[in-house]
Amino acid sequence: MLEAVPIEYFLYLCTLLFVIGVFGVLTRRNAIVVLMCIELMLNAVNLLLAAFSTYLSDAQGQILVFFIMVVAAAEAAVGLGILVMIYRNTKSTDISLLDQLRN
Amino acid sequence: MQSLLPLIPFLPLLGFLINGIFGRKYFSKTTVGLIGSAPVLVSFLLSIACFNEVATSGPISVTLYPFLSVDSLQVPFGFLVDQLSVWMMLIVTGVGFLIHVYSIGYMHDDEGMWRFFAYLNLFIFSMLLLVMGDNFLMLFFGWEGVGLCSYLLIGFWYNNVEYGKAARKAFIMNRIGDLGLLLGIFLIYKTFGSIQYAQVFSQLGTLEIGAGVVTAICLLLFVGAIGKSAQIPLYTWLPDAMAGPTPVSALIHAATMVTAGIYLIARCNGLYSLSPDAMHVVAIVGLATSLFAAFIGLRQNDIKKVLAYSTVSQLGLMFLALGMGAYSSAMFHVTTHAFFKALLFLGAGSVIHAMGGEQDIRNMGGLRKALPITFWIFLIGTFAISGFPLLSGFFSKDEIFAHVYDHGGAIWWALASIGGLLTAVYMCRLLYVTFFGNFRGTDDQKHHLHESPASMTVPLIILAVLSVLGGVLNLPHFMHIEPSSWMAHWFAGNGVGGTPVIPMGEIGIDASTEWMLMGIATAVALAVIAVGYVMYSKPDNLPVADAQQSGLGKLFANKFYVDEIYDALFVNPIARLSKLLHYYADVWGLDGIVDGVGKSVMGLGGYFRRLQNGNIEYYLMGMVAGIVLLLLSVFA
Amino acid sequence: MSLYLILIPFISSLFLLLARPAASRSIALAASLANLAITLFALAGFNGDGSFNHEFSVPWVSGAGIHFRLGMDGISMLMVLLSNLLAPLIILSSDGEKYRPEARYFGLLLMMLGALNGVFMALDGLLFYVFYELALIPIYFICAIWGGDNRIRVTMKFFIYTFVGSLFMLVALIYMYLQTPGTHSFLWEDLVNVQLSSSAAWWVAVAFFLAFAVKMPVFPFHTWQPDTYTTAPTGGTMLLAGIMLKMGTYGVIRWMVPLAPESLHDLAPIFIGLAVFGIVYASIIAIKQSDLKRLIAYSSIAHVGLIAAGIFAWNKLGVQGSLIQMLNHGINVVGLFYVVELLERRLGTRSLSEMGGIAKNAPLFATLFMVIMLGAVAVPLTNGFPGEFLLLNGVWNFNPWLGAIAGLTIIFGAVYMLRAYGLVMFGPANEATAQFEDLNTRELVVLGAVALMVVAFGFFPQWILNITDGSVNRILGAVQF
Repeated sequence: MLEAVPIEYFLYLCTLLFVIGVFGVLTRRNAIVVLMCIELMLNAVNLLLAAFSTYLSDAQGQILVFFIMVVAAAEAAVGLGILVMIYRNTKSTDISLLDQLRN
Repeated sequence: MQSLLPLIPFLPLLGFLINGIFGRKYFSKTTVGLIGSAPVLVSFLLSIACFNEVATSGPISVTLYPFLSVDSLQVPFGFLVDQLSVWMMLIVTGVGFLIHVYSIGYMHDDEGMWRFFAYLNLFIFSMLLLVMGDNFLMLFFGWEGVGLCSYLLIGFWYNNVEYGKAARKAFIMNRIGDLGLLLGIFLIYKTFGSIQYAQVFSQLGTLEIGAGVVTAICLLLFVGAIGKSAQIPLYTWLPDAMAGPTPVSALIHAATMVTAGIYLIARCNGLYSLSPDAMHVVAIVGLATSLFAAFIGLRQNDIKKVLAYSTVSQLGLMFLALGMGAYSSAMFHVTTHAFFKALLFLGAGSVIHAMGGEQDIRNMGGLRKALPITFWIFLIGTFAISGFPLLSGFFSKDEIFAHVYDHGGAIWWALASIGGLLTAVYMCRLLYVTFFGNFRGTDDQKHHLHESPASMTVPLIILAVLSVLGGVLNLPHFMHIEPSSWMAHWFAGNGVGGTPVIPMGEIGIDASTEWMLMGIATAVALAVIAVGYVMYSKPDNLPVADAQQSGLGKLFANKFYVDEIYDALFVNPIARLSKLLHYYADVWGLDGIVDGVGKSVMGLGGYFRRLQNGNIEYYLMGMVAGIVLLLLSVFA
Repeated sequence: MSLYLILIPFISSLFLLLARPAASRSIALAASLANLAITLFALAGFNGDGSFNHEFSVPWVSGAGIHFRLGMDGISMLMVLLSNLLAPLIILSSDGEKYRPEARYFGLLLMMLGALNGVFMALDGLLFYVFYELALIPIYFICAIWGGDNRIRVTMKFFIYTFVGSLFMLVALIYMYLQTPGTHSFLWEDLVNVQLSSSAAWWVAVAFFLAFAVKMPVFPFHTWQPDTYTTAPTGGTMLLAGIMLKMGTYGVIRWMVPLAPESLHDLAPIFIGLAVFGIVYASIIAIKQSDLKRLIAYSSIAHVGLIAAGIFAWNKLGVQGSLIQMLNHGINVVGLFYVVELLERRLGTRSLSEMGGIAKNAPLFATLFMVIMLGAVAVPLTNGFPGEFLLLNGVWNFNPWLGAIAGLTIIFGAVYMLRAYGLVMFGPANEATAQFEDLNTRELVVLGAVALMVVAFGFFPQWILNITDGSVNRILGAVQF
């Protein structure tokens, strides 16, 4: 059944998801939203990897997806941890406030 | 003799070291005087021995050690004593010794006497190196050495700022000449492949050299001579050099150092004879200086300044003789001039000593009664330099005039004779204003007036005798009195290469013309002496003060404003240039560029720093833009 | 033997810096004297035919053809003699309250000495570069810690300026290295044997020139020098002017000309022109300086300009003259800066307008200053003369007009030095100078030693010329342009 869906559709969908993620990262100031957008980008890639894995009948792509999910989970945990610390200090999740290292 | 020869210069050096190191703390003034004078006396005696040896067995040469040896430039620290050197040695050590003895009396009240004698000895050392060296570099050692001693001695009383400036001026103007001499030596080395006299002069007959090169060598050497012997345009240091103690003026600035230029050209007569152009330049400069300085001398009121300009004028006369090819005549005049000019300076010193430091002849007058010995001595000196018959100056000047007439013609002779006439005029003026008429000084000075001690008068008397009899050294051949032209024959003896040191100069005019020339000169000299007596010995005839001079007199009294012109042309512009270059070219310009490079790097850094604003979106935007650009560049 | 000349200073330097013993001056003096003794011993058995004596060679980075190779021919020997002769004098002269903590100061000074010796003996391009830069570090700290007003800014400028200059040299060295055959080598002989195309040689020569011209310094790369010499503590100034600038002149003789002779036929006239122009330029500026130290700094530019011109003339007279003058200029300039130091210590100023009349109270000082000054003015029978005579003759042989212009230095030199001497010593004394004390024993030893060398080397220049004669013949025979 999957053969019925052309690989191009997956490409369009994933690109769309990825661009939405990029757009969110670039435009949103709320750190939680930014993190979610990063997850979105990662998942776009995951989806593409899974699609191509099936398309090429090669399991390596799906294995890589698992790796990425693990790393993404770790990243989300660390990122959220940092975010909590920032919130405690600044009472805000606005990333544009985070330029204290500049001077 | 060979083993003793180095002692001649090095004994005075030893005297310099002993007095210089121990003199201040450990020696009494008498000891200082003895230690200073004794080496010079010994050197004089050794020089006499040298003279005998040269007379019997020819030139002596000694090499101490190889001083410099680079490539084919082989310069030994060596001495060559031939007829010319030994004659200069006799003058330097002989007159030098007399002046040392004189200085014992003259400098006795000065607390820096140890320094004075140390410097004098150093001077004798340098001067002996100059005349005894067997190559041009040794000559240059002495050349600069005497310049240094001159600097030290002119600025001897260093508390006076003006004296210090005079000393500096002397040294620097000498250095200008020295540069010429140095370049001349380079050219000699390049041309002849050696700077040793023996090797240079022996090649003169054989080596093919372009006339231009010889002329260049001669002119460069002459630049050195101009500086050292105070000729136009580098003469202005000599009158200022009178700031030094009077014995210094007598020894360095009259008898010996300033004649180094004459020695140099006489030494190189073989070279000069190959270049008529250079000879011509030498003659013109000599004649011009002789006249120019004589005019200035007419209106000077400082007793030493008059003598200084007279020295410049007489040196000009010697260069005129050299330019006419009359080398031995120039050396003859060097000799007699050393006698009578040293005599005059020391006599002036005796006057200044008696007047308690006064040098302005307007404040003197009538001194002949208070200072009889000094008066007679000064009279002899004046008559000798003026060409009074049968005194030494009479013969030496007459010989030069005869050569000028022979080689240059009547016009040259007439111009030179005007110089001689002017010499007689200002010298007589000096004599009469100082020693005749009424005393015009203060009462203090009048009580203080006294004849000088024996240590000062005895050297004066010896010099006076020499000034009177010096003419015997080179009696003109047309008088047919033996030994006729002894000195010319002496210098014509065979030097180190077996050729005459100075070939005999022939005078192509007949005896009757010579008698006539001599007669004219005699008549002029006698007339000036007589007229001068009438004009200047009157009690009320006082020279005009410098400030009240007018017309030509003002021009003469102000020395043709040459010092002012030099200041305006060279000294001040260079001083201004120094500051301009420092502030504008160096600090503001070049360093500004360097700092500018530094600052622009810093500025660029500040500019780029703004990109790093810490704003994450900004970075991400950049990143994405970069990725997009990259993709576009790859796929589009 | 050559290794000891580097190791002794480095080890004692480390000891002084780390252990900070109380008797640091004595230790430093002992180390420098030991070095001097080794130098004299090396000199006694020296083979002056131009080969390298006392060679020491171990592979350093053997795969890359980099060697730790030291050796001395006559030229190196003379330079080593210079640095080790002056080091004890500089250490002796650095007394007074100024240099605290002493252990650190003397430690840095010895490190400098070791690096300088390394520069003069290195026979491997990279080793040379390493020592060349290593010497910059201690002098940077000496100037920045013990210097006068504005020292950080001035020292920074000096550091960056010379550092940038030597980076060009590094590039040139690496380029040459890559041209060596086989597995490449930094060894001096291998680099010398490289034949460059004339355009490549042009770039290499210019790069070397930038490095060395900044170091010497030659006009127009000299502007760091007056500020640095004036601001640095006198010990540092002595190091800079006495020894360190000779790294530049030595570098030209040992590295620049032998490595890139192919283009020098065209470039040398330009370099000489710059040097000669710098002589006149710096001399004229020196005439009206009011700060004695700055005056001597400018005079040093003039002297070095003449040395550089003599080297680029590349004839026997010029090169021999430059070598003997490097030694004698070092001696004189150390003496002169010491005189400045003594004046500043007693009067609290270096301004010539606040001096005068010192000769009367301090005849000993006046006499020794006079002797050293005469050396600087190059009066015959002082040490300054033989070098200046040979240099001028060498430049004159290259081109008579340039020689004549360079010769102006003997006039201007007299003008500014005599003016300075007169303003310091002569004339009436003022309140401060009337109390001027004459030299004490230590000061007498330093100035007396300098004055003695001034006279001794003035009478016997051939002693020095003999050291370098064979090497200069060999290098001139091998390299012509």
